[in-house]
Amino acid sequence: MADFEIRDLRASVEGKEILKGVTLAINKGEVHAVMGPNGSGKSTLSHTLMGHPGYTVDGGEVVFKGKNVLALQPDERARLGMFLAFQYPVVVPGISMTNFLRTALNAKRGYDGKDKSKQISPKEFRSMLKGELEVLHMDDSFLPRYINDGFSGGEKKRAEILQMAMLKPEIAILDETDSGLDIDSIKFVAEAVNRMRGPELGVLIITHYTRILEFIKPDYVHVLVDGRFVLSGGPEVADRLEKTGYSEWGDVEDKPEEVA
Amino acid sequence: MATVPKQVDVGTDYKEKYGFFVPEEYVFKAKRGLNPEIVKEISWMKKEPEWMTKMRLRSLEIFRKKPMPTWGADLSVIDFENIFYYLKASDKQSKTWEELPPDIKKTYDRLGVPEAERKFLAGVSAQYESEVVYHSLHEELSKKGVIFTDTDSALRDHPELFKEYFGTVIPPADNKFAALNTAVWSGGSFIYVPKGVHVEIPLQAYFRINAENMGQFERTLIICDEGSFVHYIEGCTAPIYTTDSLHSAVVEIIVKKDARCRYTTIQNWSTNVFNLVTKRALAYADATMEWVDGNLGSQITMKYPSVYLMEPGAKGDVLSVAFAGKGQHQDAGGKMIHVAPNTTSTITSKSISKGGGRTSYRGHIKMYPDAKNSKSFVKCDALLLDDESRSDTYPYNDVDAENVTLGHEATVSKVSDEQLFYLMSRGITRNEAETMIVNGFIEPFTKELPLEYAVELNRLIQLEMEGSVG
Ligand SMILES: Nc1ncnc2c1ncn2[C@@H]1O[C@H](COP(=O)(O)OP(=O)(O)O)[C@@H](O)[C@H]1O
Ligand SMILES: [Mg+2]
Repeated sequence: MADFEIRDLRASVEGKEILKGVTLAINKGEVHAVMGPNGSGKSTLSHTLMGHPGYTVDGGEVVFKGKNVLALQPDERARLGMFLAFQYPVVVPGISMTNFLRTALNAKRGYDGKDKSKQISPKEFRSMLKGELEVLHMDDSFLPRYINDGFSGGEKKRAEILQMAMLKPEIAILDETDSGLDIDSIKFVAEAVNRMRGPELGVLIITHYTRILEFIKPDYVHVLVDGRFVLSGGPEVADRLEKTGYSEWGDVEDKPEEVA
Repeated sequence: MATVPKQVDVGTDYKEKYGFFVPEEYVFKAKRGLNPEIVKEISWMKKEPEWMTKMRLRSLEIFRKKPMPTWGADLSVIDFENIFYYLKASDKQSKTWEELPPDIKKTYDRLGVPEAERKFLAGVSAQYESEVVYHSLHEELSKKGVIFTDTDSALRDHPELFKEYFGTVIPPADNKFAALNTAVWSGGSFIYVPKGVHVEIPLQAYFRINAENMGQFERTLIICDEGSFVHYIEGCTAPIYTTDSLHSAVVEIIVKKDARCRYTTIQNWSTNVFNLVTKRALAYADATMEWVDGNLGSQITMKYPSVYLMEPGAKGDVLSVAFAGKGQHQDAGGKMIHVAPNTTSTITSKSISKGGGRTSYRGHIKMYPDAKNSKSFVKCDALLLDDESRSDTYPYNDVDAENVTLGHEATVSKVSDEQLFYLMSRGITRNEAETMIVNGFIEPFTKELPLEYAVELNRLIQLEMEGSVG
């Protein structure tokens, strides 16, 4: 059995069936890419895995560390070791990024406001943050800003990866982290993710384009069309998509190599 | 409950002897109810000049004639005959720690309020031992000619200044509760800042706190002379426990040419209190008045800080936050009265309702014909935490001037599922995520507070969100 298993997952949004039976096994140490055209259900997959209340699970299961993930609240999933880098990070006014990062980190460490020994020390927090900011080529001027408030597209995505680096998940889902990024930002993000790669981390990169896969080499590539995987294989699948696009799976208008 | 301490029998011929007593031999006997005799006694106890006694009596008349306000919250349950209108500090001190409601004790624990301070806030002791801080501050202020004292002492020690301004901003006939306050007032703060003097650190009632300035009918008077600046802070974030059911204060402020005054309030009365407060400032040429007003406690609050913009260039701001939990109704807002040209005002109101609590924004913008080229902007944001809670806005605009700008924006929202999901996806529990969103919502208010108040306010919101505050 793999470290993280998705079995025949089916999900719907507002009564509309989107995921029609997705099966995927991810081991720590592996990088899986899920590619698919717009509207194929990629974000539905990422949101359902993380437990967004707007998505209804119609069947299947997700097992991680012996737990039925689908029965857990999003915060429980996160504390179990899952992480989602959002395609569209949410703005939360009035809370600084620093406060957010510290609160999240403390939550991850099991600090519930009582046992102070579980709290991260200010010194440790600062040095951790400093290191990760450097890797992502971010300066600390964004730390006092409110969560994602007024961030450029690139800043938002980098901030997502910063959170990932701080929280050190075991299973990370990156939902179109590359979309809307210029080539430099993609490189910084890829560099940060590559640094985290290792036997303790399994990654699911969701992308529309093949470009990010030049910088983060996947071990496996799966093609999602209309809520189902239509093709799975090694990195060569991405090469094939680069040439032919999603057109071989029917009436799909866009090509993966087009850059938004 | 207050047990009445040992009394001296003053005899039946007390009234005839009125005024001839040797005060040392007399212990004021606390009595319930409201009549001219009680008002005279209060004035006599305080050894006030005759003009004040007369003003109190006249105000009592006005109070009796004025009808109860019929808008806002339901006030019909207030029993004016069952209230002690004047208690000496020693009378108030008779509660014991054990008698306090468990909720209040728990909140002090969770907030980490120090022992001495708790006893004061809970009414167990009448004096909070912060006199050392106050005395050194006081010396420094005196050097600059700043007067910062309780209102009773001010009447005694600065009679001319006092008489010149007292009751000029809010005359007794202004409203029923202003009349009541003028009849029976006790305690409160008096501040005078001379021309051009900037008081760098905020003045806090806390420095010289005693049972009376957090009393039921406190009266505050602040005079900022030309070009001066002062920031005054009233109240505290920890809940103040009192068995008195009515708190009716009056705050009068005069901000002269080029001066600036900021008045910050954090009101957290226990939830049995009716909090009916009149606050008004007069701002003269190019002067700025800022009300920063937080209402967390009490059962019912009716409070609409106002600024009369008297001369060109005057500026008025109200920034307020109201939190209404179960059984609470916070009816708050602001009034901006533009009398002169080129005057500007803003009102920013944020409210949170939870557990069936109710918040209302009530505002009045008035522009007199002379108020040409004036501007006013009102923004009200309400956050509802559940379906039982309620929020309303009652904005009144009255514009008789030409060429003015008037803006109004109002939003009502719920805690967003997307924001909750985002925070929870980082491992933060639902409750903590909601608390963060609420604290984020009031951040424009919190960031205007001195740091220690901001921190305490956030912690208090956290307790309210956990539902552990009564
Ligand atoms: N909140 C929603 N309400 C209604 N339809 C939705 C919602 N989210 C997604 N959908 C629909 O589900 C389908 C899959 O969307 P999504 O998972 O976002 O695709 P992708 O991420 O692959 O572009 C689309 O047809 C989209 O319109
Ligand atoms: Mg998507």
